[in-house]
Amino acid sequence: MRVSDLVKSFELKIRAGKDRLLEEVTGGYASDLLSDVIAHSRKGNIWVTIQTHPNIVAVATMKELAGIILTGGREPDSGTLQKAEEEGIPILLSPLFTFELVGRLYRLGISGMSPC
Amino acid sequence: MEGTENNILLHKIFRIEGGDFTNAGSISDQVKTILKKAGFPNKIIRRISIAAFEAEMNVICYANRGNLSLYIAPDFLKVVVEDEGHGIPDINLAMSEGYSTADEKIRELGFGAGMGLPNIRKNSDEMVLTSTFKQGTHLEFVIYLDRQENRLPFE
Repeated sequence: MRVSDLVKSFELKIRAGKDRLLEEVTGGYASDLLSDVIAHSRKGNIWVTIQTHPNIVAVATMKELAGIILTGGREPDSGTLQKAEEEGIPILLSPLFTFELVGRLYRLGISGMSPC
Repeated sequence: MEGTENNILLHKIFRIEGGDFTNAGSISDQVKTILKKAGFPNKIIRRISIAAFEAEMNVICYANRGNLSLYIAPDFLKVVVEDEGHGIPDINLAMSEGYSTADEKIRELGFGAGMGLPNIRKNSDEMVLTSTFKQGTHLEFVIYLDRQENRLPFE
């Protein structure tokens, strides 16, 4: 499954990183606490969050995530978009709230990692 | 901990302002850029960037001001972060996952998960943390360049 498949399936709006949608998605992580994402996300994960500030791009870059989906119709800060374009991190928007979106992602075959 | 004087190839100091959330992450970004240009393996860059990001955020969230120093030596990378602020009264407690003293504003921004110090420990080979209550905190962490676990199989 690629990021572009998620965009199609959930009609996500693309706000940044449109050239990076062919990345393979290895699983998903949902959290609004950055250090929690740093500790528990895995390379290639799609990250679901309501945080919109530029540090989400820093986290996604450090962890080599496949992309970030902002939920609840939230728009990223302008600094976030600029940084996301520089780093090549897709920023995608969904009007759904996190719980609903994660449920649909799971149904599509995107799962989380078991605790190690 | 190794490496203080003779064998340092590069020493760079960055200033961090407490409460400056606008520029948060900019110093760990610069650290990453320096290490990339120097040609370090990705795994090492990733580990140092994560640890430096967490350390930088700790100063921004909890201290008045601080300095982050990056040292590059032939066989290790070291980061030293010193801050002035209220310090950490109980370091064991601060090191336990999930413990945080973050206020509402910090949590709203997604910090204060109580994972910062544990993440630094996980992403470094050695870490030393000392603090004087109501004065400040001193943090050092090192990554050894000759360790097998810091290299990818083909490097």
